[in-house]
Amino acid sequence: MTITTTVNGVEHTVDVPPAASLLTLLRDELGLTGSKNACEQGECGSCSVWLDGELVCACLVAAVQADGRTVRTVEDLGGADRLHPVQEAFVAAGAVQCGFCTPGFVVAVADLLECDPHPSDDAIREALAGNLCRCTGYSKIVAAVHLAEGTAA
Amino acid sequence: MTVLTRRGRVGESATRVDGVPKVTGEYMYGSDLHAEHLLWGVTVRSPHASARICRIDVAGAARAAGVACVLTAADLPAARTFGLEFADQPVFADGVVRYSGEPVAVVAAETLEQAQLGADLVSVEYEPLPAVTDMEQALRPDAPLVHELGNVLRHVHIRHGDGADADAEVWVDGYYETAMQDQAALGPEGGLAVPAADGSVDLYVATQWLHVDRQQIALCLGLPEEMLRITLAGVGGAFGSREDIHMQIHACLLALRTGRPVKIVYGREESFHGHVHRHPSRSWIRYGAMRDGRIVAADVRLLLDGGAYASSSGPVLGNAATFAAGPYEVPNVLVEATVVYTNNPPCGAMRGFGAPQVCFAYESAMDELAAKLGFDPLELRLRNAVRTGSVLPTGQVLEGPAPVREVVERCRAVPVPPEEPREGRDAIAYPGGAGNVGRGEALKRGVGYAVGFKNVAYSEGFDDAAEATVTLRPSAEGPVAVIRTAAVDYGQGLYTVLAQIARTELDVDEVVFEPSSTDSGSAGSTSASRQTTMSGGAVLGACREIREALVGGQLEEAISRTFTYHHRPTTGLDEEGQGRPHVSFSFAAVRAVVEVDEELGLVRVVQLAAAQDAGRVINPQGAEGQVEGAAAMGLGLALTEEIQLADGAIRNASFTDYLIPTILDVPPIVSEFVEEPEPDAPYGVKGIGELATVAVTPAVVAALRAATGRALNRAPVRPDDLVGIEPSLRTSGRPPVPDVPGQRPIPEYHGLGLGQQQLMKARE
Amino acid sequence: MSGPSPGTLAEALEARAAHPEAVPIAGGTDLMVAVNFGRLRPEALLDLSGIAELAAWQRRDGAVRIGAGATFAQIASDLGEFPPLVQAARAVGSPQIRHRATIGGNLATASPAGDALPVLATYGGDVLLASVRGERRLRWDEFLVAPKRTALAEDELIVGVEWPVVDGPGSFAKVGTRNAMVIAIASVSLQLDTQARRVCIALGSVAPTVVRAPEAEAFASDALDWDDPQRPLPETVAREFGALAAAAAHPIDDVRGSAAYRRRAVDVLARRALAWAADDWRKAA
Repeated sequence: MTITTTVNGVEHTVDVPPAASLLTLLRDELGLTGSKNACEQGECGSCSVWLDGELVCACLVAAVQADGRTVRTVEDLGGADRLHPVQEAFVAAGAVQCGFCTPGFVVAVADLLECDPHPSDDAIREALAGNLCRCTGYSKIVAAVHLAEGTAA
Repeated sequence: MTVLTRRGRVGESATRVDGVPKVTGEYMYGSDLHAEHLLWGVTVRSPHASARICRIDVAGAARAAGVACVLTAADLPAARTFGLEFADQPVFADGVVRYSGEPVAVVAAETLEQAQLGADLVSVEYEPLPAVTDMEQALRPDAPLVHELGNVLRHVHIRHGDGADADAEVWVDGYYETAMQDQAALGPEGGLAVPAADGSVDLYVATQWLHVDRQQIALCLGLPEEMLRITLAGVGGAFGSREDIHMQIHACLLALRTGRPVKIVYGREESFHGHVHRHPSRSWIRYGAMRDGRIVAADVRLLLDGGAYASSSGPVLGNAATFAAGPYEVPNVLVEATVVYTNNPPCGAMRGFGAPQVCFAYESAMDELAAKLGFDPLELRLRNAVRTGSVLPTGQVLEGPAPVREVVERCRAVPVPPEEPREGRDAIAYPGGAGNVGRGEALKRGVGYAVGFKNVAYSEGFDDAAEATVTLRPSAEGPVAVIRTAAVDYGQGLYTVLAQIARTELDVDEVVFEPSSTDSGSAGSTSASRQTTMSGGAVLGACREIREALVGGQLEEAISRTFTYHHRPTTGLDEEGQGRPHVSFSFAAVRAVVEVDEELGLVRVVQLAAAQDAGRVINPQGAEGQVEGAAAMGLGLALTEEIQLADGAIRNASFTDYLIPTILDVPPIVSEFVEEPEPDAPYGVKGIGELATVAVTPAVVAALRAATGRALNRAPVRPDDLVGIEPSLRTSGRPPVPDVPGQRPIPEYHGLGLGQQQLMKARE
Repeated sequence: MSGPSPGTLAEALEARAAHPEAVPIAGGTDLMVAVNFGRLRPEALLDLSGIAELAAWQRRDGAVRIGAGATFAQIASDLGEFPPLVQAARAVGSPQIRHRATIGGNLATASPAGDALPVLATYGGDVLLASVRGERRLRWDEFLVAPKRTALAEDELIVGVEWPVVDGPGSFAKVGTRNAMVIAIASVSLQLDTQARRVCIALGSVAPTVVRAPEAEAFASDALDWDDPQRPLPETVAREFGALAAAAAHPIDDVRGSAAYRRRAVDVLARRALAWAADDWRKAA
């Protein structure tokens, strides 16, 4: 099926298999491999993206459901020459180890800070309950959120 | 932002060298790789734990749309098996399958979907055979044999002093179990094999040791090692699950057959089947002590379930056995430790490598002993703790620092968080978290301690050296250090540490890394908490040689030095388990504060405090991160993580039912470091990454016992155990000690190929 | 099938009738899991997520009607007057899941562990269905037939749920082995109807479908002092209620939990839910 979707500000018209996920579309069709597939079932949050401005797991969105909609991924937050404050905070706080969960966390944290610019620790943990990390034990991720809230625009 | 360019030296919290590409999503993991005209590979796996393969029909699959190639054991060109220690694991099951999930065939097709459909069309006729799925059953004479050489893979016997016959005034006798844990690295297995016109292959893969992969893969491809070049792809965590071969041989075979690049990535479900797990354990442990608190005897029977293939079960057992009496001065020790083959999924390396299983047993037994003696649990540890100069049950003298007392005191000194008010909390601040199950009912706090220890680097005579090449290059902006190492950084921050060492030794700010590949010599595995010592030592050595070459002169052209770092030699175990099996040791003390909802058996961990013997901390922020992550993994084994098997098949191969801790499950973690430098180690470092995993599990369970009064002799503890539905585990007694030719893994006595051992010998 | 996804319910029903092979999808939080694991390979999907009228909710004639497309995020933020529903919504997964998962999806999947289902059962709600042939409604227990099986006809879509607005406190609680992102081992939804003087309780994950506990309800409805909210709830009443609720459960042992623990959990959760309701009622009065 042919769909037209705007990803990171660029409109794409793509042919997709009927039940392919948005994650597959992003990674395999559009080469945007920043969003990761770690669980295939929306448990881990590594594929977190924005669909029409709402935080979702791309693996649970069918590609056809992105037709006529806008998608925003980690690649849109910032590049190496101009990092988003959340990205900077993750590096500075030591919240990145293997990094596989990091894009998903960065998107989820950016989303959190847009809704709640100064979240409590409890609010942070509840908001990030759907993002799994195996390397960090989460402590420095919480620290990164606090660091980012101080510098976020 | 200046913090991102914190090009720190040794001792500073230098910014991660690979942090920026990871936060932007540009960092390429094995599962992100792409090549033009690539084919996707999908593996066909056995659903049976034990079966004969009567027939494989690939015709339907081969004809399917988009399918380029289907391979089975019939298509293997050279060596048909591989393995880290012994080449006992078939590339494809050959006439018989020995575990549920074992690869039987592989299909390559134009799209992933076509490959999956093709895989569904591979028709395999199985005749199920009797399976042995219990580790004690495996020892019985009438048990089905997994391999012809028998179900005992290794037995280690250690006898020190009078063994178990010592006189003691008080004895405790306990039985403890730990479940099969999974590394559950977020990044799944993945890689890309690209064939070249001359019959060689380039493999890009997420792994832990490039060279030992190459050795095994080349033998199975029938290629000389120079015709297989392995370049490291980004690794999304490993924790032991990338030490064994996963998709590498399959992808290379397909690539060579089809002449096209082949990409294989495991989904989460397949990932559970595609790598080894932590050995489940059963421990029978007796401690004998005098009333004044001196432990005089330890008597341990340990059993590990190795699953269907050897992997690194031999060394895991050796490790576990040598640590089984705990970090205590015990003059009389008997350890009988066995790892068996079963038709369960293969087990191998996982963070801790045998130490977590025995730590749970000995620390639980220590608490029993303390209670029986009327001693404070920590006082009992302090009374008996080893120190520099102590003799371990293997006869090895603890030569380096052994600050057990210091780590215990530092841990104890961490303030315990004050009790929160019972009522009025946000719903998620009660045990049960987001489930809204309580408003403060039946809450009970508990505090528990555990002390653990582990070795650094490889043991029992294995010379796991590490090579690194450093080049100092002049440039307009100042000298640049270039590091070339085959060492894998799979998240722990090794490359950052190596950069810090180079900056310190060469007084430069700029450090760049060349890609890690088999173009360099082996750096050994990223495991056993060894790389800061080993690759750190190699970089340090190369830098020092560069400095010597530069003495007095200016840097006019690039200077390059390659250094191979060796740790001090170790020995194997003699017939009484005596020797000098380990390079060095490090120790940790952990305290867990938990809150239990006693009616529902749900747990909220309030705080974990870990005091660790680190030798020298190269990067404080990085070291904390390692302790925090290790602690979370230990917490998982204590509370929620268990691979559940039914007749040898994994029932919970997904993240919905294999539960790793979420951010709502892991509390704030306080880490303390005791720095007493290890002699002969670069900067005096010790390994950091595993100890908290070892000691957190028993600390959490001890805290749960304190809160509930329940015996709790199994990890993970389930709600059933905490509310008392589930009675304490019973055992029908210690399994018999098998009759074995010696201390080495049994396959060695049958002259089987020695895997990575061969690699090391070949280099001499 | 190709072409734009339906923008109205009428379009969706036409498409459903014309293309029965197209699998309806809204939030996809159950469906896409099956697709990703290769258990389902739909030839086509019927995307319902763009139909605004399906996500609406309204109060009318003493009843509340919630569209099948209402997500748990919307429910959690907009439907605060129904605490059990909001608590169930908040207990669902993560923000990512809550932004997509719908109450209609919970119904269509019909898992005994679906978080909104005990709430629906507590209210004795109806499931609203529609097709090109017209509309109908089924009571929740007529719709939820068996584990993962419903009475939905092949050409039908779930349009919403409806239940009478009830005056009184209530709650939802679910037990899982870790503190977030769990499929319920056991769940309990309770509602006090102070007008009708009834206690309603439904249990999840402890039977083939969600069930009510009529004996427990009759006992508590009778035992509560409806004339005097300030009168504390006797401990014995709460305990008996819990025991009766547990007796209504028929749990099994499975990979997530044991039957014995599930019964125990229902006992505790039911007892607590009644105590909380009595407490909340006392404070509100």
